[in-house]
Amino acid sequence: MPRAPHAPLHLAVALDGAGWHPAAWREPGARRDELFTAGYWADLVAEAERGLLDFVTIEDSLSLQSSRYAGPDGRTDQVRGRLDAVLIAARVAPLTRAIGVIPTAVLTHTEPFHLSKAIATLDYVSTGRAGIQVRVSGRADEAAHFGRRTLPGLPGQRVEDLASAAGQELLNELFDEAADYVEVLRRLWDSWEDDAEIRDAATGRFIDRDKLHYIDFEGKHFSVKGPSITPRPPQGQPVVAALAHASVPYRLIARSADVGFVTPHDADDARNIVAEIRDGQAAAGRAGETVHVLGDLVVFLDDDPAAAADRKASLDERAGAEYRSDAHVFTGTPDRLADLLQEWAEAGLTGFRLRPAALPHDLEQITRRLVPELQRRGAFRTAYEAGTLRALLGLPRPANRYAAAGEAANAAVSA
Amino acid sequence: MSKPLKQIHLAAHFPGVNNTTVWSDPQAGSHIEFSSFAHFARTAERAKFDFLFLAEGLRLREQGGQIYDLDVVGRPDTFTVLAALAAVTDRIGLTGTINSTFNEPYEVARQFASLDHLSDGRAAWNVVTSWDAFTGENFRRGGFLPQEERYSRAREFLATANELFDSWHGDEISADPHTGAFLRDARAGAFRHKGQHFEIEGQFNVPSSPQGRPVIFQAGDSDEGREFAASDADAIFSRYSTLDEGQAFYTDVKGRLAKYGRTHDQLLILPAATFVLGDTDAQARELAHEVRRQQVSGATAIKHLEFVWNRDLSGYDPDGPLPDVDPDLGEHTIARGRAQVRMYRDPLAIAREWRERAAANNWSIRDLVIETGTRQSFIGSPATIARTIDEFVQADASDGFILVPHITPGGLDAFADTVVPLLQERGVFRTEYEGTTLRDHLGLAHPATLRAAS
Ligand SMILES: Cc1cc2nc3c(=O)[nH]c(=O)nc-3n(C[C@H](O)[C@H](O)[C@H](O)COP(=O)(O)O)c2cc1C
Repeated sequence: MPRAPHAPLHLAVALDGAGWHPAAWREPGARRDELFTAGYWADLVAEAERGLLDFVTIEDSLSLQSSRYAGPDGRTDQVRGRLDAVLIAARVAPLTRAIGVIPTAVLTHTEPFHLSKAIATLDYVSTGRAGIQVRVSGRADEAAHFGRRTLPGLPGQRVEDLASAAGQELLNELFDEAADYVEVLRRLWDSWEDDAEIRDAATGRFIDRDKLHYIDFEGKHFSVKGPSITPRPPQGQPVVAALAHASVPYRLIARSADVGFVTPHDADDARNIVAEIRDGQAAAGRAGETVHVLGDLVVFLDDDPAAAADRKASLDERAGAEYRSDAHVFTGTPDRLADLLQEWAEAGLTGFRLRPAALPHDLEQITRRLVPELQRRGAFRTAYEAGTLRALLGLPRPANRYAAAGEAANAAVSA
Repeated sequence: MSKPLKQIHLAAHFPGVNNTTVWSDPQAGSHIEFSSFAHFARTAERAKFDFLFLAEGLRLREQGGQIYDLDVVGRPDTFTVLAALAAVTDRIGLTGTINSTFNEPYEVARQFASLDHLSDGRAAWNVVTSWDAFTGENFRRGGFLPQEERYSRAREFLATANELFDSWHGDEISADPHTGAFLRDARAGAFRHKGQHFEIEGQFNVPSSPQGRPVIFQAGDSDEGREFAASDADAIFSRYSTLDEGQAFYTDVKGRLAKYGRTHDQLLILPAATFVLGDTDAQARELAHEVRRQQVSGATAIKHLEFVWNRDLSGYDPDGPLPDVDPDLGEHTIARGRAQVRMYRDPLAIAREWRERAAANNWSIRDLVIETGTRQSFIGSPATIARTIDEFVQADASDGFILVPHITPGGLDAFADTVVPLLQERGVFRTEYEGTTLRDHLGLAHPATLRAAS
């Protein structure tokens, strides 16, 4: 799909702890004593909403944060400990009106039935602004927290080992399971037709049970009967998002997600990743569906480019190592970032998810400096123009697969 | 001198998926929209109630092989609603029913610890144990448990969750920007549990929450359930709201505490209770009669009889006499996903008794079900209800009540406005919250205090 020149960007922020730089909690403005309070999260999301952002994501994991890929690192100089992201999202949702809320959930150790109703409910409490960022976990220490399955781990316990044959096998297994999981989420969201609740006093029936459906999912790792206990949520299906860095996870985005987060290092890289996802989409029979591909960037923003670079340098010094990320790390002015975003958007990205290096500083730079600059260029909204997250993202409200099947069957009978 | 007046504990149960809820009433609103939950919680908080209570079901009920459609069907996710309610209330406790069979300790402990943080210390967990394969069909693992293992898993589940809650002691986080130490101890949250049901180890990733642990409720009624409550719970959600049954249950359960080294005030007994308020007692009685007719339609009466008969009775006239066929004594297959059917342990005897009562009183099927199945706990003017509740509590039939109104979400409003002030006048109910956490409202010690004392 070629994009119209200057098509408006979609813009989100990824919230995590005190920010994405491991020493961010030591910054003078950091609210390090409040990281586990509702007020902290409510303030961050309110700030993002003041900036008219499409949504916030909230990171999560089922183990202590770690600088290592495969297990705990025993460090005490970085933020450790976090609250359940779905609950944080639910806690802040009633305090906001227009911004989307997308918490993270780990699929490898959780129940799709529970997560499906949790996100449907998040959609109710936010009146149509919920999504879910799905994650897999290959970590042996996380598996030990549940004790139900053992994961083989990686030969050298490093992220690079994912390229090995064993690594690819692990990835394939985890992402195939994730695709099944997302399928179950979506089927459960569809398991009630929108008008299933009839409250027909004459017959005494509260629901029309013909409009509730067993999903009868059978997969390699689990089976789920359904229907959901929670009625179909306001958006029909909340937005499903996933982060991906390689072909196997790109395929999950292509076949299962509404929004993908990717980590290109330049515009060419972005072009290649988008092409791979679009090919995967076509292969999965979803060529006609909108799947947003948003570029992830870690940002250090200041009005003076030297100030941003200095801030990063001093944080690096405190952390004892240069900060590296899976995503491109940007230091500079909001204006220069706007240039970069527009350039990368030309390569096919439909928007960006920015990871503030330090909170609340870099978030405020996004909402108070970057956003006005993009607005000045006609590249970002000046008001929330829609009431649901799907509408904000230009995604249609999905037809209910079971209602559609029922109608087709009826048509066949009457034909 | 007589003994000092007991203070009453009151809670509000959001009307749920059973025939207590009169969804056909013109005043009945949504049981799913968040605005309903927010209204209900704010009313309860305005009335200074101890907590709001949510029940749980993990599979839609079925009867005769079809999804049951005569009561409210569907409900939102417990944790998500409670976290959202924490945003629109300040003090009221938030109690969620969460099953110990179809969950894992690490995840549930994370959710409750998170809820406790996000509500500044208002979280409570009602541990229930539905175990059946019917519910298990919705879950990827666990499937189902043999019935006799439900409490052994529940006990170990709670013990494990407690190990996780206690794995942070409260002083691990220094977050000192000058020394650069966020944690004082790299092993914060370390745990290792090896038991019959769980073998897990690692580090719990939620720091100590304001209450240390959520308040623990128990709701099962079997002997094992009562032992579990006596040894491990802070409060029981019981079904005995009449004076005699309440006193018997109260004596029984409180009598079990001593063997666990616990005192009477460490376990509160809070029965579910319904009420019908009128301006006068006579008006309330009339209204109660109407509500009962709404709760038990002809179709509902037939379905209710099927719980005992364990067979399809759809051919019977609800306005006619009871069936002359006997209950099917085979495995209970007619109604699935209901705990209630296990109340009818000897179906033949019950059927005989019901037939006799119906014949003696010239009752139809529907009359019988109304008379046997749907007594409201408290019926009367505000003065009558306030006095009766107080009498029940002072007579040790309970320590208070979990009120289940029959209208969503406004069914509590009149109670809050008329009965609560009378209880306050009697000096048996708070006029202001004294503390901030649910433990404060319930008069329970912080777990760290208990641990230090033992
Ligand atoms: C008043 C009361 C309320 C209950 N509420 C629920 C509930 O909301 N969800 C649930 O799964 N079980 C519920 N139960 C079932 C019990 O928690 C328990 O799992 C079941 O009764 C089996 O235990 P038992 O044999 O000891 O009674 C409730 C039980 C009682 C007595």
